Amino acid sequence: MDGFLQLSLTPILIGILSAIACALPGNFLILRRQALIGDAISHVVLPGIVVAFLATGVIAALPMLVGAAGAALVAVILIETIKRVGRIEPGAAMGVVFTSMFAAGVLLLEQTDTSAVHLDVEHALMGNLESLIWFDATGWGSLVDPVALAGLPPELPRIAVVAAVIAVLAFVFWRPLKLSTFDEGFAATVGVPTRTIGLALVAASAVAAVAAFDAVGSIIVIAMFICPPAAARLMTNRLEAQVGWSVVFATLSAIVGYVLAGYGPLWFGAQNAVSAAGMIAAVSGVILAIACLAAPHRRRIGAAQGQG
Amino acid sequence: MAPPKLELAAEDGARAPSPEDIANASLALSEITVSYGEKPAVFSVDAALPRESMVAIIGPNGAGKSTLLKAALGIVPRLSGSVRIFGQELERARDRVAYVPQRASVDWDFPTRVIDVVLMGFYRELGLLRFLRKGHRERARACLERVGMADFAERQIGQLSGGQQQRVFLARALAQDAELYLLDEPFAGVDAATEKAIIDVLHTLKTARKTVVCVHHDLATVADYFDHVLLINVRKVAEGPTSTTFTAKNLQATYGGRLASTHIDQLKLSS
Repeated sequence: MDGFLQLSLTPILIGILSAIACALPGNFLILRRQALIGDAISHVVLPGIVVAFLATGVIAALPMLVGAAGAALVAVILIETIKRVGRIEPGAAMGVVFTSMFAAGVLLLEQTDTSAVHLDVEHALMGNLESLIWFDATGWGSLVDPVALAGLPPELPRIAVVAAVIAVLAFVFWRPLKLSTFDEGFAATVGVPTRTIGLALVAASAVAAVAAFDAVGSIIVIAMFICPPAAARLMTNRLEAQVGWSVVFATLSAIVGYVLAGYGPLWFGAQNAVSAAGMIAAVSGVILAIACLAAPHRRRIGAAQGQG
Repeated sequence: MAPPKLELAAEDGARAPSPEDIANASLALSEITVSYGEKPAVFSVDAALPRESMVAIIGPNGAGKSTLLKAALGIVPRLSGSVRIFGQELERARDRVAYVPQRASVDWDFPTRVIDVVLMGFYRELGLLRFLRKGHRERARACLERVGMADFAERQIGQLSGGQQQRVFLARALAQDAELYLLDEPFAGVDAATEKAIIDVLHTLKTARKTVVCVHHDLATVADYFDHVLLINVRKVAEGPTSTTFTAKNLQATYGGRLASTHIDQLKLSS
Protein backbone atom coordinates (compact mmCIF):
# COMPACT_ATOMS: atom_id res chain seq x y z
CA MET A 1 0.00 0.00 0.00
CA ASP A 2 2.95 2.31 0.63
CA GLY A 3 3.75 1.93 -3.02
CA PHE A 4 0.31 3.27 -3.93
CA LEU A 5 0.70 6.27 -1.62
CA GLN A 6 4.19 7.05 -2.84
CA LEU A 7 3.77 6.44 -6.52
CA SER A 8 0.12 6.70 -7.48
CA LEU A 9 -1.90 8.82 -5.04
CA THR A 10 -0.54 12.24 -5.97
CA PRO A 11 -0.49 11.65 -9.75
CA ILE A 12 -4.09 10.46 -9.62
CA LEU A 13 -5.18 13.42 -7.48
CA ILE A 14 -3.35 15.86 -9.75
CA GLY A 15 -4.91 14.19 -12.78
CA ILE A 16 -8.40 14.43 -11.28
CA LEU A 17 -8.03 18.06 -10.19
CA SER A 18 -6.54 19.08 -13.56
CA ALA A 19 -9.38 17.39 -15.40
CA ILE A 20 -11.99 19.11 -13.22
CA ALA A 21 -10.31 22.53 -13.42
CA CYS A 22 -10.40 22.31 -17.23
CA ALA A 23 -13.81 20.67 -17.57
CA LEU A 24 -15.64 23.37 -15.57
CA PRO A 25 -14.83 26.27 -17.92
CA GLY A 26 -14.96 23.80 -20.83
CA ASN A 27 -18.74 23.45 -20.36
CA PHE A 28 -19.22 27.13 -21.09
CA LEU A 29 -16.62 27.31 -23.86
CA ILE A 30 -18.48 24.56 -25.73
CA LEU A 31 -21.89 26.17 -25.29
CA ARG A 32 -20.46 29.48 -26.52
CA ARG A 33 -19.03 27.77 -29.61
CA GLN A 34 -15.58 28.74 -28.35
CA ALA A 35 -14.16 25.27 -27.85
CA LEU A 36 -11.19 26.16 -30.03
CA ILE A 37 -10.24 28.96 -27.65
CA GLY A 38 -9.29 26.23 -25.18
CA ASP A 39 -7.08 24.76 -27.88
CA ALA A 40 -5.55 28.13 -28.71
CA ILE A 41 -4.86 28.89 -25.05
CA SER A 42 -3.22 25.53 -24.43
CA HIS A 43 -0.84 26.12 -27.35
CA VAL A 44 -0.10 29.74 -26.60
CA VAL A 45 0.81 29.23 -22.95
CA LEU A 46 3.87 27.13 -23.81
CA PRO A 47 6.16 29.96 -25.00
CA GLY A 48 4.91 32.04 -22.06
CA ILE A 49 5.90 29.35 -19.58
CA VAL A 50 9.32 28.87 -21.23
CA VAL A 51 10.03 32.59 -21.26
CA ALA A 52 8.94 32.85 -17.63
CA PHE A 53 11.36 30.05 -16.77
CA LEU A 54 14.18 31.75 -18.67
CA ALA A 55 13.51 35.01 -16.87
CA THR A 56 13.25 33.61 -13.35
CA GLY A 57 15.15 30.34 -13.49
CA VAL A 58 12.49 28.52 -11.51
CA ILE A 59 9.28 26.68 -12.25
CA ALA A 60 6.86 28.47 -9.96
CA ALA A 61 3.17 29.15 -10.24
CA LEU A 62 3.16 32.92 -10.38
CA PRO A 63 5.87 33.53 -13.02
CA MET A 64 4.29 30.80 -15.16
CA LEU A 65 0.89 32.44 -14.96
CA VAL A 66 2.33 35.86 -15.72
CA GLY A 67 4.28 34.42 -18.65
CA ALA A 68 1.19 32.63 -19.96
CA ALA A 69 -0.91 35.77 -19.62
CA GLY A 70 1.75 37.77 -21.47
CA ALA A 71 1.83 35.17 -24.23
CA ALA A 72 -1.96 35.26 -24.49
CA LEU A 73 -1.83 39.05 -24.84
CA VAL A 74 0.81 38.79 -27.58
CA ALA A 75 -1.36 36.20 -29.32
CA VAL A 76 -4.43 38.45 -29.23
CA ILE A 77 -2.45 41.38 -30.66
CA LEU A 78 -0.91 39.19 -33.37
CA ILE A 79 -4.30 37.74 -34.34
CA GLU A 80 -5.85 41.22 -34.59
CA THR A 81 -2.89 42.50 -36.61
CA ILE A 82 -2.96 39.60 -39.05
CA LYS A 83 -6.73 39.95 -39.42
CA ARG A 84 -6.48 43.65 -40.25
CA VAL A 85 -3.26 43.82 -42.24
CA GLY A 86 -3.63 40.52 -44.05
CA ARG A 87 -7.43 40.58 -44.35
CA ILE A 88 -7.52 36.95 -43.35
CA GLU A 89 -10.58 35.42 -41.77
CA PRO A 90 -10.43 35.17 -37.95
CA GLY A 91 -10.25 31.35 -37.78
CA ALA A 92 -7.24 31.23 -40.08
CA ALA A 93 -5.53 34.08 -38.22
CA MET A 94 -6.00 32.23 -34.93
CA GLY A 95 -4.71 28.98 -36.40
CA VAL A 96 -1.59 30.64 -37.77
CA VAL A 97 -0.81 32.49 -34.54
CA PHE A 98 -1.31 29.76 -32.03
CA THR A 99 0.54 27.05 -33.90
CA SER A 100 3.46 29.43 -34.66
CA MET A 101 3.69 30.50 -31.03
CA PHE A 102 3.57 26.91 -29.89
CA ALA A 103 6.33 26.02 -32.36
CA ALA A 104 8.39 28.94 -31.11
CA GLY A 105 7.89 27.64 -27.57
CA VAL A 106 9.12 24.18 -28.56
CA LEU A 107 12.22 25.60 -30.30
CA LEU A 108 12.95 27.85 -27.34
CA LEU A 109 12.58 24.97 -24.94
CA GLU A 110 14.89 22.75 -26.99
CA GLN A 111 17.65 25.36 -26.92
CA THR A 112 17.30 26.02 -23.20
CA ASP A 113 19.12 24.19 -20.43
CA THR A 114 16.28 22.95 -18.30
CA SER A 115 17.94 19.76 -17.11
CA ALA A 116 17.60 20.81 -13.47
CA VAL A 117 13.82 21.09 -13.62
CA HIS A 118 10.88 19.18 -15.04
CA LEU A 119 10.64 21.18 -18.18
CA ASP A 120 11.58 19.75 -21.55
CA VAL A 121 9.90 19.17 -24.84
CA GLU A 122 8.54 15.78 -23.90
CA HIS A 123 7.02 17.06 -20.66
CA ALA A 124 5.63 20.11 -22.35
CA LEU A 125 3.84 17.94 -24.86
CA MET A 126 2.73 15.07 -22.66
CA GLY A 127 3.02 16.20 -19.06
CA ASN A 128 5.01 14.46 -16.36
CA LEU A 129 2.31 12.98 -14.23
CA GLU A 130 4.27 9.81 -13.42
CA SER A 131 7.16 11.77 -11.91
CA LEU A 132 4.99 13.65 -9.40
CA ILE A 133 5.56 11.17 -6.63
CA TRP A 134 5.39 11.52 -2.86
CA PHE A 135 8.71 10.24 -1.45
CA ASP A 136 7.82 11.06 2.14
CA ALA A 137 4.81 8.79 2.32
CA THR A 138 5.47 5.86 4.59
CA GLY A 139 1.91 4.70 5.26
CA TRP A 140 -1.63 5.98 5.65
CA GLY A 141 -0.43 7.85 8.73
CA SER A 142 1.49 10.15 6.42
CA LEU A 143 -1.79 11.72 5.32
CA VAL A 144 -2.01 13.43 8.72
CA ASP A 145 1.72 13.85 9.30
CA PRO A 146 2.72 17.47 8.66
CA VAL A 147 6.35 16.55 7.95
CA ALA A 148 5.37 14.02 5.31
CA LEU A 149 2.71 16.32 3.85
CA ALA A 150 5.33 19.03 3.44
CA GLY A 151 7.08 16.68 1.04
CA LEU A 152 4.10 16.54 -1.33
CA PRO A 153 4.94 17.68 -4.84
CA PRO A 154 4.10 21.44 -5.03
CA GLU A 155 2.07 20.74 -8.15
CA LEU A 156 -0.65 19.16 -6.01
CA PRO A 157 -1.53 22.15 -3.78
CA ARG A 158 -1.21 24.41 -6.84
CA ILE A 159 -3.76 22.54 -8.93
CA ALA A 160 -5.96 22.05 -5.84
CA VAL A 161 -6.11 25.81 -5.28
CA VAL A 162 -6.81 26.48 -8.97
CA ALA A 163 -9.57 23.86 -9.13
CA ALA A 164 -11.12 25.21 -5.92
CA VAL A 165 -11.01 28.83 -7.10
CA ILE A 166 -12.57 27.93 -10.46
CA ALA A 167 -15.30 25.91 -8.74
CA VAL A 168 -16.11 28.77 -6.35
CA LEU A 169 -16.15 31.32 -9.18
CA ALA A 170 -18.44 29.09 -11.23
CA PHE A 171 -20.80 28.78 -8.26
CA VAL A 172 -20.86 32.48 -7.34
CA PHE A 173 -21.19 33.76 -10.90
CA TRP A 174 -23.42 30.92 -12.08
CA ARG A 175 -26.42 33.10 -13.00
CA PRO A 176 -24.64 35.78 -15.04
CA LEU A 177 -22.45 33.12 -16.65
CA LYS A 178 -25.44 31.00 -17.69
CA LEU A 179 -27.45 34.01 -18.76
CA SER A 180 -24.74 35.57 -20.91
CA THR A 181 -23.87 32.19 -22.43
CA PHE A 182 -27.49 31.57 -23.46
CA ASP A 183 -28.56 35.07 -24.47
CA GLU A 184 -25.84 37.69 -24.46
CA GLY A 185 -28.05 40.56 -25.68
CA PHE A 186 -30.69 40.02 -23.00
CA ALA A 187 -27.98 39.56 -20.35
CA ALA A 188 -26.54 42.96 -21.24
CA THR A 189 -29.94 44.64 -20.86
CA VAL A 190 -30.38 43.35 -17.29
CA GLY A 191 -26.97 44.68 -16.33
CA VAL A 192 -24.73 41.61 -16.70
CA PRO A 193 -21.21 42.79 -17.68
CA THR A 194 -21.14 40.33 -20.59
CA ARG A 195 -17.73 41.38 -21.89
CA THR A 196 -16.11 40.99 -18.48
CA ILE A 197 -17.79 37.61 -18.00
CA GLY A 198 -16.50 36.44 -21.38
CA LEU A 199 -12.98 37.62 -20.63
CA ALA A 200 -13.05 36.09 -17.15
CA LEU A 201 -14.08 32.75 -18.65
CA VAL A 202 -11.13 32.82 -21.05
CA ALA A 203 -8.82 33.91 -18.22
CA ALA A 204 -10.05 31.07 -15.98
CA SER A 205 -9.46 28.65 -18.84
CA ALA A 206 -5.93 29.97 -19.27
CA VAL A 207 -5.19 29.56 -15.56
CA ALA A 208 -6.57 26.02 -15.67
CA ALA A 209 -4.43 25.26 -18.74
CA VAL A 210 -1.28 26.52 -17.05
CA ALA A 211 -1.99 24.64 -13.85
CA ALA A 212 -2.82 21.44 -15.73
CA PHE A 213 0.40 21.78 -17.75
CA ASP A 214 2.29 19.52 -15.30
CA ALA A 215 -0.32 16.85 -15.37
CA VAL A 216 -1.12 16.41 -19.01
CA GLY A 217 1.14 18.77 -20.97
CA SER A 218 0.02 21.54 -23.20
CA ILE A 219 -1.36 19.57 -26.13
CA ILE A 220 -3.46 16.99 -24.39
CA VAL A 221 -5.04 19.55 -22.08
CA ILE A 222 -7.49 20.37 -24.86
CA ALA A 223 -9.04 16.94 -24.35
CA MET A 224 -9.76 17.91 -20.75
CA PHE A 225 -11.54 21.07 -21.89
CA ILE A 226 -13.70 19.40 -24.50
CA CYS A 227 -14.33 15.70 -23.93
CA PRO A 228 -15.90 15.59 -20.45
CA PRO A 229 -18.32 18.51 -21.07
CA ALA A 230 -19.19 17.28 -24.56
CA ALA A 231 -20.01 13.82 -23.22
CA ALA A 232 -21.91 15.42 -20.32
CA ARG A 233 -24.05 17.47 -22.73
CA LEU A 234 -25.31 14.20 -24.19
CA MET A 235 -26.39 12.93 -20.77
CA THR A 236 -28.83 15.68 -19.84
CA ASN A 237 -30.79 18.70 -20.98
CA ARG A 238 -30.08 20.83 -17.94
CA LEU A 239 -26.94 22.89 -17.56
CA GLU A 240 -26.69 22.22 -13.81
CA ALA A 241 -26.71 18.47 -14.40
CA GLN A 242 -24.37 18.82 -17.39
CA VAL A 243 -21.70 20.46 -15.25
CA GLY A 244 -22.16 17.69 -12.64
CA TRP A 245 -21.74 14.99 -15.27
CA SER A 246 -18.66 16.72 -16.70
CA VAL A 247 -16.99 16.55 -13.28
CA VAL A 248 -17.88 12.85 -13.03
CA PHE A 249 -16.45 12.13 -16.50
CA ALA A 250 -13.32 14.19 -15.84
CA THR A 251 -12.68 12.25 -12.62
CA LEU A 252 -13.37 8.93 -14.30
CA SER A 253 -11.00 9.74 -17.20
CA ALA A 254 -8.19 10.66 -14.81
CA ILE A 255 -8.51 7.54 -12.64
CA VAL A 256 -9.13 5.01 -15.41
CA GLY A 257 -6.53 6.65 -17.65
CA TYR A 258 -3.83 6.59 -14.99
CA VAL A 259 -4.51 3.01 -13.96
CA LEU A 260 -4.66 1.76 -17.56
CA ALA A 261 -1.43 3.57 -18.43
CA GLY A 262 0.38 2.12 -15.45
CA TYR A 263 -0.95 -1.42 -15.43
CA GLY A 264 -2.69 -1.93 -18.78
CA PRO A 265 0.44 -2.84 -20.75
CA LEU A 266 1.43 -5.39 -18.09
CA TRP A 267 -1.91 -7.14 -18.49
CA PHE A 268 -1.06 -7.63 -22.14
CA GLY A 269 2.40 -8.93 -21.36
CA ALA A 270 4.23 -5.72 -22.33
CA GLN A 271 7.06 -4.51 -20.13
CA ASN A 272 6.70 -0.73 -19.90
CA ALA A 273 3.91 1.53 -18.82
CA VAL A 274 2.57 4.05 -21.36
CA SER A 275 2.08 7.80 -20.99
CA ALA A 276 -0.53 8.51 -18.34
CA ALA A 277 -1.50 11.82 -19.93
CA GLY A 278 -2.01 10.19 -23.30
CA MET A 279 -4.11 7.45 -21.74
CA ILE A 280 -6.22 9.95 -19.75
CA ALA A 281 -6.99 11.88 -22.93
CA ALA A 282 -7.70 8.65 -24.80
CA VAL A 283 -10.08 7.47 -22.07
CA SER A 284 -11.93 10.80 -22.10
CA GLY A 285 -12.28 10.36 -25.87
CA VAL A 286 -13.64 6.84 -25.40
CA ILE A 287 -16.16 8.15 -22.84
CA LEU A 288 -17.30 10.74 -25.38
CA ALA A 289 -17.60 8.04 -28.06
CA ILE A 290 -19.71 5.86 -25.77
CA ALA A 291 -21.87 8.88 -24.88
CA CYS A 292 -22.39 9.60 -28.58
CA LEU A 293 -23.63 6.07 -29.12
CA ALA A 294 -25.58 5.44 -25.96
CA ALA A 295 -26.35 8.61 -23.98
CA PRO A 296 -30.02 9.54 -23.45
CA HIS A 297 -29.89 12.99 -25.09
CA ARG A 298 -27.56 12.28 -27.95
CA ARG A 299 -29.68 13.80 -30.69
CA ARG A 300 -29.39 17.49 -31.37
CA ILE A 301 -32.97 18.17 -30.49
CA GLY A 302 -32.72 21.77 -31.60
CA ALA A 303 -31.84 20.77 -35.14
CA ALA A 304 -35.37 20.42 -36.46
CA GLN A 305 -36.77 23.74 -35.33
CA GLY A 306 -38.79 26.06 -37.55
CA GLN A 307 -37.51 28.82 -39.73
CA GLY A 308 -35.60 31.50 -38.06
CA MET B 1 -15.23 50.16 -50.79
CA ALA B 2 -17.00 53.42 -51.53
CA PRO B 3 -16.37 56.24 -49.07
CA PRO B 4 -19.16 56.65 -46.55
CA LYS B 5 -21.77 59.18 -47.52
CA LEU B 6 -22.45 61.14 -44.44
CA GLU B 7 -23.69 64.45 -45.74
CA LEU B 8 -26.86 65.55 -44.07
CA ALA B 9 -29.94 65.81 -46.16
CA ALA B 10 -32.56 68.30 -45.15
CA GLU B 11 -35.51 66.33 -43.86
CA ASP B 12 -38.85 67.97 -43.58
CA GLY B 13 -40.42 67.58 -40.17
CA ALA B 14 -37.24 66.12 -38.65
CA ARG B 15 -36.17 68.11 -35.64
CA ALA B 16 -34.21 67.16 -32.56
CA PRO B 17 -36.44 66.45 -29.56
CA SER B 18 -36.59 69.24 -26.99
CA PRO B 19 -35.66 68.62 -23.33
CA GLU B 20 -39.35 68.58 -22.58
CA ASP B 21 -39.98 65.93 -25.26
CA ILE B 22 -37.16 63.82 -23.81
CA ALA B 23 -38.52 64.01 -20.26
CA ASN B 24 -42.02 63.06 -21.38
CA ALA B 25 -41.00 60.30 -23.77
CA SER B 26 -40.86 56.60 -22.87
CA LEU B 27 -37.78 56.17 -25.02
CA ALA B 28 -35.93 59.26 -26.22
CA LEU B 29 -33.05 58.99 -28.67
CA SER B 30 -30.83 61.92 -29.61
CA GLU B 31 -28.51 61.74 -32.60
CA ILE B 32 -27.84 58.01 -32.28
CA THR B 33 -25.10 56.85 -34.65
CA VAL B 34 -23.84 53.26 -34.79
CA SER B 35 -21.27 51.80 -37.15
CA TYR B 36 -20.05 48.22 -37.53
CA GLY B 37 -17.45 49.09 -40.13
CA GLU B 38 -16.89 52.02 -42.40
CA LYS B 39 -20.54 52.62 -43.20
CA PRO B 40 -22.87 53.72 -40.44
CA ALA B 41 -25.68 51.24 -39.71
CA VAL B 42 -27.66 53.96 -37.97
CA PHE B 43 -26.96 57.63 -38.59
CA SER B 44 -27.98 60.45 -36.30
CA VAL B 45 -31.44 59.15 -35.43
CA ASP B 46 -33.63 61.25 -33.13
CA ALA B 47 -36.86 60.01 -31.68
CA ALA B 48 -39.13 60.73 -28.76
CA LEU B 49 -41.56 57.82 -28.43
CA PRO B 50 -44.74 58.55 -26.48
CA ARG B 51 -45.62 56.77 -23.24
CA GLU B 52 -48.43 54.22 -23.01
CA SER B 53 -48.45 53.54 -26.73
CA MET B 54 -47.74 50.80 -29.25
CA VAL B 55 -44.84 51.84 -31.46
CA ALA B 56 -43.58 50.16 -34.65
CA ILE B 57 -40.05 50.70 -35.94
CA ILE B 58 -40.32 50.19 -39.68
CA GLY B 59 -37.78 50.07 -42.50
CA PRO B 60 -36.29 47.79 -45.15
CA ASN B 61 -33.75 45.03 -44.47
CA GLY B 62 -30.45 46.49 -43.35
CA ALA B 63 -32.07 49.78 -42.36
CA GLY B 64 -30.66 49.50 -38.84
CA LYS B 65 -33.91 48.80 -36.99
CA SER B 66 -32.51 46.07 -34.73
CA THR B 67 -29.26 47.97 -34.37
CA LEU B 68 -31.14 51.05 -33.20
CA LEU B 69 -32.90 48.98 -30.54
CA LYS B 70 -29.62 47.41 -29.44
CA ALA B 71 -27.90 50.78 -29.32
CA ALA B 72 -30.74 52.18 -27.21
CA LEU B 73 -30.17 49.34 -24.73
CA GLY B 74 -26.38 49.54 -24.74
CA ILE B 75 -25.99 46.08 -26.32
CA VAL B 76 -23.98 47.55 -29.18
CA PRO B 77 -21.77 50.60 -28.61
CA ARG B 78 -22.88 53.87 -30.19
CA LEU B 79 -20.50 56.27 -31.84
CA SER B 80 -22.53 59.21 -30.66
CA GLY B 81 -25.86 60.19 -29.24
CA SER B 82 -27.69 59.76 -25.97
CA VAL B 83 -30.56 57.65 -24.69
CA ARG B 84 -33.13 58.51 -22.03
CA ILE B 85 -35.74 56.10 -20.72
CA PHE B 86 -38.57 57.90 -18.95
CA GLY B 87 -36.12 60.79 -18.70
CA GLN B 88 -33.49 58.64 -16.95
CA GLU B 89 -30.09 57.31 -17.94
CA LEU B 90 -30.18 53.68 -19.10
CA GLU B 91 -28.18 52.47 -16.07
CA ARG B 92 -30.81 53.89 -13.71
CA ALA B 93 -33.74 52.67 -15.77
CA ARG B 94 -32.79 49.01 -16.25
CA ASP B 95 -35.58 47.82 -13.96
CA ARG B 96 -38.11 49.65 -16.12
CA VAL B 97 -37.13 48.02 -19.42
CA ALA B 98 -37.68 44.53 -20.83
CA TYR B 99 -36.01 43.40 -24.05
CA VAL B 100 -37.11 40.56 -26.31
CA PRO B 101 -34.27 39.72 -28.73
CA GLN B 102 -34.76 38.13 -32.11
CA ARG B 103 -35.63 34.50 -31.61
CA ALA B 104 -32.85 33.38 -33.96
CA SER B 105 -30.19 35.21 -31.93
CA VAL B 106 -29.85 32.38 -29.40
CA ASP B 107 -29.02 28.69 -29.60
CA TRP B 108 -32.22 26.81 -28.76
CA ASP B 109 -30.19 23.65 -28.21
CA PHE B 110 -28.95 25.20 -24.96
CA PRO B 111 -29.45 22.75 -22.08
CA THR B 112 -32.27 24.41 -20.21
CA ARG B 113 -36.04 24.19 -19.72
CA VAL B 114 -38.81 26.60 -20.61
CA ILE B 115 -39.43 27.57 -16.98
CA ASP B 116 -35.70 28.31 -16.49
CA VAL B 117 -35.76 30.77 -19.39
CA VAL B 118 -38.70 32.62 -17.83
CA LEU B 119 -36.93 32.64 -14.45
CA MET B 120 -34.06 34.51 -16.13
CA GLY B 121 -36.45 37.46 -16.11
CA PHE B 122 -35.95 37.69 -12.33
CA TYR B 123 -32.19 38.19 -12.62
CA ARG B 124 -32.27 41.74 -11.29
CA GLU B 125 -34.31 40.63 -8.28
CA LEU B 126 -32.17 37.59 -7.53
CA GLY B 127 -28.67 38.88 -8.23
CA LEU B 128 -25.83 36.43 -7.79
CA LEU B 129 -26.77 34.22 -4.89
CA ARG B 130 -30.26 34.98 -3.58
CA PHE B 131 -32.35 31.82 -3.45
CA LEU B 132 -35.02 31.15 -5.98
CA ARG B 133 -38.26 30.88 -4.01
CA LYS B 134 -41.55 29.15 -4.65
CA GLY B 135 -43.07 32.55 -5.29
CA HIS B 136 -40.72 33.11 -8.21
CA ARG B 137 -41.71 29.80 -9.78
CA GLU B 138 -45.40 30.62 -9.37
CA ARG B 139 -44.92 34.02 -10.97
CA ALA B 140 -42.95 32.45 -13.83
CA ARG B 141 -45.77 29.96 -14.38
CA ALA B 142 -48.31 32.76 -14.39
CA CYS B 143 -46.29 34.49 -17.14
CA LEU B 144 -46.27 31.28 -19.17
CA GLU B 145 -50.02 31.06 -18.62
CA ARG B 146 -50.47 34.54 -20.12
CA VAL B 147 -48.74 33.48 -23.35
CA GLY B 148 -50.51 30.10 -23.43
CA MET B 149 -47.39 28.06 -22.69
CA ALA B 150 -48.09 26.81 -19.15
CA ASP B 151 -48.19 23.18 -20.30
CA PHE B 152 -44.65 23.46 -21.66
CA ALA B 153 -42.94 24.65 -18.45
CA GLU B 154 -40.83 21.52 -17.96
CA ARG B 155 -39.94 21.04 -21.64
CA GLN B 156 -36.42 21.35 -23.00
CA ILE B 157 -36.40 24.55 -25.07
CA GLY B 158 -35.10 22.72 -28.15
CA GLN B 159 -38.42 20.89 -28.41
CA LEU B 160 -40.39 24.06 -29.11
CA SER B 161 -41.61 25.35 -32.46
CA GLY B 162 -40.57 28.82 -33.58
CA GLY B 163 -43.82 30.37 -32.41
CA GLN B 164 -43.55 28.67 -29.03
CA GLN B 165 -39.99 29.93 -28.63
CA GLN B 166 -41.21 33.47 -29.30
CA ARG B 167 -43.92 33.12 -26.66
CA VAL B 168 -41.37 31.89 -24.09
CA PHE B 169 -39.25 34.96 -24.79
CA LEU B 170 -42.32 37.14 -24.30
CA ALA B 171 -43.08 35.35 -21.01
CA ARG B 172 -39.56 36.15 -19.81
CA ALA B 173 -40.16 39.82 -20.61
CA LEU B 174 -43.47 39.69 -18.69
CA ALA B 175 -41.57 38.25 -15.71
CA GLN B 176 -39.44 41.40 -15.71
CA ASP B 177 -42.58 43.42 -15.00
CA ALA B 178 -41.23 46.45 -16.83
CA GLU B 179 -42.83 49.68 -18.06
CA LEU B 180 -41.17 49.76 -21.47
CA TYR B 181 -41.08 46.61 -23.62
CA LEU B 182 -38.70 46.56 -26.59
CA LEU B 183 -39.27 43.64 -28.98
CA ASP B 184 -37.10 42.78 -31.97
CA GLU B 185 -39.28 41.28 -34.73
CA PRO B 186 -41.66 39.40 -32.41
CA PHE B 187 -43.81 38.25 -35.34
CA ALA B 188 -41.00 36.99 -37.60
CA GLY B 189 -41.64 33.45 -38.78
CA VAL B 190 -44.42 32.63 -36.32
CA ASP B 191 -47.76 31.02 -37.16
CA ALA B 192 -51.02 32.96 -37.19
CA ALA B 193 -52.15 31.59 -33.81
CA THR B 194 -48.95 32.76 -32.16
CA GLU B 195 -49.18 36.16 -33.80
CA LYS B 196 -52.68 36.54 -32.39
CA ALA B 197 -51.55 35.37 -28.94
CA ILE B 198 -48.62 37.78 -28.92
CA ILE B 199 -50.58 40.81 -30.09
CA ASP B 200 -53.27 40.10 -27.47
CA VAL B 201 -50.63 40.10 -24.73
CA LEU B 202 -49.09 43.30 -26.09
CA HIS B 203 -52.50 44.97 -26.11
CA THR B 204 -53.08 44.01 -22.48
CA LEU B 205 -49.74 45.63 -21.71
CA LYS B 206 -50.90 48.82 -23.34
CA THR B 207 -54.14 48.65 -21.40
CA ALA B 208 -52.03 48.33 -18.26
CA ARG B 209 -50.43 51.66 -19.29
CA LYS B 210 -47.14 50.14 -20.45
CA THR B 211 -45.25 51.16 -23.58
CA VAL B 212 -44.52 48.59 -26.29
CA VAL B 213 -41.96 49.18 -29.07
CA CYS B 214 -41.60 46.56 -31.83
CA VAL B 215 -39.22 46.29 -34.73
CA HIS B 216 -41.81 45.30 -37.31
CA HIS B 217 -41.66 43.92 -40.82
CA ASP B 218 -45.20 43.35 -41.97
CA LEU B 219 -46.52 46.61 -43.40
CA ALA B 220 -50.01 45.11 -43.78
CA THR B 221 -50.58 44.92 -40.01
CA VAL B 222 -49.02 48.24 -38.96
CA ALA B 223 -52.27 50.22 -38.97
CA ASP B 224 -54.09 47.51 -36.98
CA TYR B 225 -51.44 46.89 -34.33
CA PHE B 226 -49.66 50.18 -33.72
CA ASP B 227 -50.64 53.74 -32.89
CA HIS B 228 -47.20 55.31 -33.44
CA VAL B 229 -44.54 54.66 -36.09
CA LEU B 230 -40.84 55.39 -36.51
CA LEU B 231 -39.70 55.00 -40.12
CA ILE B 232 -35.97 54.59 -40.59
CA ASN B 233 -33.52 53.71 -43.31
CA VAL B 234 -30.16 54.28 -41.59
CA ARG B 235 -31.45 57.82 -40.98
CA LYS B 236 -34.81 58.68 -39.59
CA VAL B 237 -37.36 59.29 -42.32
CA ALA B 238 -40.40 60.12 -40.24
CA GLU B 239 -41.91 59.64 -36.81
CA GLY B 240 -45.40 60.27 -35.53
CA PRO B 241 -48.88 58.87 -34.96
CA THR B 242 -49.74 56.08 -37.40
CA SER B 243 -52.81 58.02 -38.47
CA THR B 244 -50.76 60.88 -39.91
CA THR B 245 -47.29 59.45 -40.50
CA PHE B 246 -47.89 56.03 -42.09
CA THR B 247 -48.34 57.51 -45.57
CA ALA B 248 -47.46 56.29 -49.05
CA LYS B 249 -45.02 59.18 -49.45
CA ASN B 250 -43.16 58.38 -46.24
CA LEU B 251 -43.08 54.67 -47.06
CA GLN B 252 -41.64 55.32 -50.51
CA ALA B 253 -39.02 57.58 -48.92
CA THR B 254 -38.18 54.85 -46.39
CA TYR B 255 -37.97 52.03 -48.91
CA GLY B 256 -36.19 54.14 -51.54
CA GLY B 257 -39.08 53.89 -53.97
CA ARG B 258 -38.76 50.11 -54.12
CA LEU B 259 -42.30 49.32 -53.01
CA ALA B 260 -44.65 48.41 -55.83
CA SER B 261 -47.58 50.79 -56.02
CA THR B 262 -49.97 47.81 -56.09
CA HIS B 263 -48.48 46.70 -52.78
CA ILE B 264 -48.90 50.15 -51.29
CA ASP B 265 -52.51 50.30 -52.47
CA GLN B 266 -53.34 47.28 -50.32
CA LEU B 267 -52.05 48.88 -47.10
CA LYS B 268 -54.31 50.71 -44.71
CA LEU B 269 -52.47 53.98 -45.09
CA SER B 270 -53.21 57.34 -43.66
CA SER B 271 -53.64 60.08 -46.23
